[in-house]
This record gives sequence, C-alpha cells and structure tokens, in this order.
Amino acid sequence: MSVKKERNSTKKKVHWLAYLLLLIGSVVFLYPFIWMVSASLRSLEELAASGMSIWPEHWRWGNYAKALTAFPFPQYLLNTVITTILPIIGTVLSCSLVGYAFARFKVKGSGFLFVLVLSTMLLPGEVTMIPQFILFKKLGMLDTLYPLIVPAFFGSAFYIFLMRQFYSRLPVGLEEAAIIDGCGYFKIWRTIFLPLSKPALMAVGVMVFMGSWNNFMGPLIYINSDKWKTLTLGLAGFQGTYATDTNLLMAAAVVITLPCILLFFSAQKAFMEGLTFSGSKES
Amino acid sequence: MNGIIEGIYNFYEGIGMPAALLPLLPFLTVIALVFAIIFAITRLLVKKRIMHTKTASFYMFVSVWVIGFLLFTVGPMIFSFYISFTKWEVVSDPQWIGLGNYKMLFKDTLFYKSLSVTFYYTLVSVPLQVILSFAIAILMNLKLRGIYIFRTIYYLPTLVQGVAQMVLFIWIFNPNVGLVNSLLRLVGIEGPGWFSSPDWSMPAVIIMSLWTVGGNMIIYLAGLSDIPQSLYEAAEIDGATAARKVWHVTLPQISPILFFNAVTSMIGAFQTFTQGFMINGGPDNSLLFYAYYLYQNAFMWFKMGYGSALAWVLFVIILIFTAIVFRSSALWVYYETEQNGGRKRRVRQKRA
Repeated sequence: MSVKKERNSTKKKVHWLAYLLLLIGSVVFLYPFIWMVSASLRSLEELAASGMSIWPEHWRWGNYAKALTAFPFPQYLLNTVITTILPIIGTVLSCSLVGYAFARFKVKGSGFLFVLVLSTMLLPGEVTMIPQFILFKKLGMLDTLYPLIVPAFFGSAFYIFLMRQFYSRLPVGLEEAAIIDGCGYFKIWRTIFLPLSKPALMAVGVMVFMGSWNNFMGPLIYINSDKWKTLTLGLAGFQGTYATDTNLLMAAAVVITLPCILLFFSAQKAFMEGLTFSGSKES
Repeated sequence: MNGIIEGIYNFYEGIGMPAALLPLLPFLTVIALVFAIIFAITRLLVKKRIMHTKTASFYMFVSVWVIGFLLFTVGPMIFSFYISFTKWEVVSDPQWIGLGNYKMLFKDTLFYKSLSVTFYYTLVSVPLQVILSFAIAILMNLKLRGIYIFRTIYYLPTLVQGVAQMVLFIWIFNPNVGLVNSLLRLVGIEGPGWFSSPDWSMPAVIIMSLWTVGGNMIIYLAGLSDIPQSLYEAAEIDGATAARKVWHVTLPQISPILFFNAVTSMIGAFQTFTQGFMINGGPDNSLLFYAYYLYQNAFMWFKMGYGSALAWVLFVIILIFTAIVFRSSALWVYYETEQNGGRKRRVRQKRA
C-alpha cells in the first residue's frame, strides 16, 4: 500500500515537472510567433524602443495596407494560388491512380517498378535541377508558371507510396463485385477507390499545399518578370529592398503565413495524418 | 526534337490559340501522343491474348509515373551527367573538357567552404533536432490533461516556412533590437552580432531550425502511442524507474522511426538553400550552403557544366552518408518481428 502511494506521489511530481517544462517550452515556441504579429502592427520608432514587449501601444493596421501595396500583391497572390491549386489537383489524381495500381495489381514487374519509385526519394533535386531548367527552356516555358505546375501531374514518389499504403489496407473483396459486373479497372478506381481515399487525399493535398505555397527555389529559377512572380519571391525581394522597414516586412510575412495557419486549423486531422504516416513503422 | 516542337507550336499559333497556352500545347500534344501509343499497344496485346487485361491496366496507370520519371528524372540525370564533363555557358554549345570540372572543383576554395558550412549545419542541427523533438514527444506522451493545446502550440512554428521564417529570424537575431539580444540584455549579457558575425551566423540558423521541431515531435508522438502498454507494465513489475523505461522500452521500440526520421532530416539538411540565399551567403561566406553555391554557379554565373559537377558530388555525398547511417542502423535500430503487424494496424485505426 505504501509503495503504491509513494509511486503515485512520484508520478504526480513527474507530471507537475512535465507541465512546467512544457509550459516554459510553449512560451519559447510561441513568443517569436506573437512577436512577429505584434511587430507588424507597430511604428518603426516604437519597434526600436520596444525591447521584448509584445503589446503594441498603437495598433497600426495601416502597416498591412502599406506592405501589400509595396509590391503587386494581387498579381503575386493570384500566381501563388494558381501554382498551389493546380499542383494539388495534379498530385492527388496522379498519385492516387499510380498508388492504386501498385496496391491492387500484383503483376509481373510491379515489384521492381515500386522499388524504382522509392529509390527516387533518395535523389536530391539539385541533380535534376539544371537539366530540367534546360528542358523547360527548350519547351519555351521559361518565365511562365508551367514549370511549377506540369511536373505535379506525373506523380511523386512519397505521395505514391502514401496512397499505395492506404489502398493496400482496404479489404481484398472491394472491387470484386464491380469486376463481375464488367467494370473496367479505370472505372473501379474512379468510382470506388478514389472516393474512399478521401482522408489520404486530404493528407496529400495539405502537404502539397504547404510545399507549393512556400516554394521558393522553383519560382526563383524559372520566373523573372513581375507578371508571374509568386508571394515568396515578392517577400524575398521586399527583404532586399526595404530591409529597414521591419514592421512592413513582418506584415508581409504574416500575410504569407496566414493561409497556412487557417488551413491548419480547418484541416488539423489531415495535417496529423500525413505526419503520422511518415512515423508509422509499417512505412 | 526541336523541329517537331517548333512545328507543333507554329501550328497552334496558326489556328489562333491564346498566347498564354502556346508553350504548353506542343508539350501536351506530345504527351497525349505517347499515351495514345501506349494505349494502342496494350490494347493490341490484350486482343492477341499475349497480355492479361489486368496487366495491361496496371501498365497503363503506372505509365503516368513512368513517363514523368523518364522526362523529369532519368533524362535529366543522363543529360546532367554528360554536361558535368563539359564547359557550358548556355549561350554557346557545350564544350567537352573531360574531368576538367571535377579537377577544378578540388582546387576551388569556395567549394570546400560550402562543404564545410553544409557539414557543420547538418552534423549539428540534425542530432539536436532529433534529440529535442524526441524529448518533447516523451513529455507529451505522459497523458497529461490539455495535451492537445500543447501539441498545437509546438506545431504552430512549423507553419512559418522558408522565406517568411528567414525574414522573421533575421529580425529576431537583430543585434540591437532583436528578441534574442533584448532577452540576453535582461540578464546582463551583450549578445553577439548573429547574422552579421561570421562565427555566430551558423548558430543562429541552427537555433532557427530548432524552432520548427514540432513536425518531428508529432511523428514521434504517433510512434510512442504505438508502443504496447504491456511492455511498460512488465518493466514496472520488474521495478524499472522512469528513466530505465525510456532507455529499455521506449528507445528500442521507437528506434526505426528515429532512424527513418534521421535519414530524411539529413538529406533535407544537405539541401538547405533559402537560409543561404536570403543572407547572400552570410558574412565571410559563413552561410555559403552547398545548394546555394550550386545555384550561384548555375543560375547567376550560368556555369551549367560546373554546376552539374557540383550536383553529382552532392549526390555521391548524400549516398555515402545514407549508406553509413543504414550500416550503423544494425547496431541501434530494433525491428520487431512481422507477426506484430496486426496490432499496430488496429491501434492506428482506433486513433484515427
């Protein structure tokens, strides 16, 4: 009895210690975040004198208007949205189809091809970066949004892998009735597997969103003219030319980050699913 | 090939297609043609009963990836390998110089600098990230109340990515009014110049990378909740302390995830780019990351041959390091036998 009591009290102590550590950690992790938002609402004079405080004396919402007119914001936003939405659609469709093929068709050569898919994950993008640039140059696609969109429609290894794992777990008899009814395999994918895999597709979509929305190297290499620039290029250029207008810079950074945060809070489950997938032992 | 593309281009231009679509249409035409050929061939094989419908469908579907693989990976790899043996400044034709680029590389002091910068970053930041995220995950796994709030708070910073993150941290590490030095001043320390100091710019980038360990933490947390409770109970009966339980139960059980995560983080760290670009390589080239140096060569100075040679060296380095980690994994990664697979699946479904 006393041993149990003692154990309970140490358990309680451990819990309190854990709470304390997590609380301190929360402050450390959250502070830069809040600091960014508060800096975006201050005047430059106030910024220089504010030290560590996070409460703005005057809330200058006008900073946002100023920051967003410093570069062609609507144009950049539109380009970013295009180069985010289309790759999501492309990746989701192609990886679902290819993943379905790898999961449900055990035919000659499928094992070898799948190993090939996985092996491309080890290849650093730098190796193909220069020749891809040349390829898109030959295709006349430099300084357009196409190089940022087109490759997504041909699938990518990690997401194919994720979709395959999802489809392999579905029961074996799922497509049998449809096959007996004389359904083609493509129709089976479109009418049965694609709708069933919504949670996995959401997870893929969210990951592609985060990657494309924040993509910097791609636009940097392929895009020169203002007409096609994306928000990340805009922000990087802003940092270069208005480095001293920290409050405006922070406002622009907040605006770029905001969609990611909104997406996170509206699709938390999809975020977690994608992450935990890469942490599961079966993968 | 060029002639064909041009021909199709002119055709579409002739029939009055919108100018914005013109670069895409020849490409689409060629791809559609390739698919049509694959479709025709598989159809024929099925009809002649050489191939089963199922096999034909498989290859039809997978060809989506295969075509992309040939076009955007294999083709470019072969081409990149070839131009790494040439001197090529885009405007002129490639000029064969044999091992010239690779020889030049070994005399290039900036190449060594960028290697050491990248190694410094990878070898310090990756282990720190793994340890920190694992420690936080262990704390979170104690089944405390309100853990969801903590989980969200720790994950939030990972949503500030790339350029935005760098913009924020250049400000946070501002030597005069930045957050870090303001804090240090409170305890009476005059902080360093961070991004303006050759010695302190790398520590600043490493600290920045630790701010976003929330993603790894979630991955570990999922792995931790997969560990069967019975193992802990058995250890408790044997009188194991909390620390011993972590060492003898948690660590071996989660080691495959740690391993996988360490490999992917390492590959990612070798490719660090934005942090170097945003600060122009840092004072004294202290942030001349390898990928940034490659970018400079290829896209600022248009030395495509030299850039390709750099890319292949990076590839080989990554392969060697991955091989080393894989080899060492036999010593510290514990894999359970297959028969336990069913349990995990059930646990995961319950969680979902």
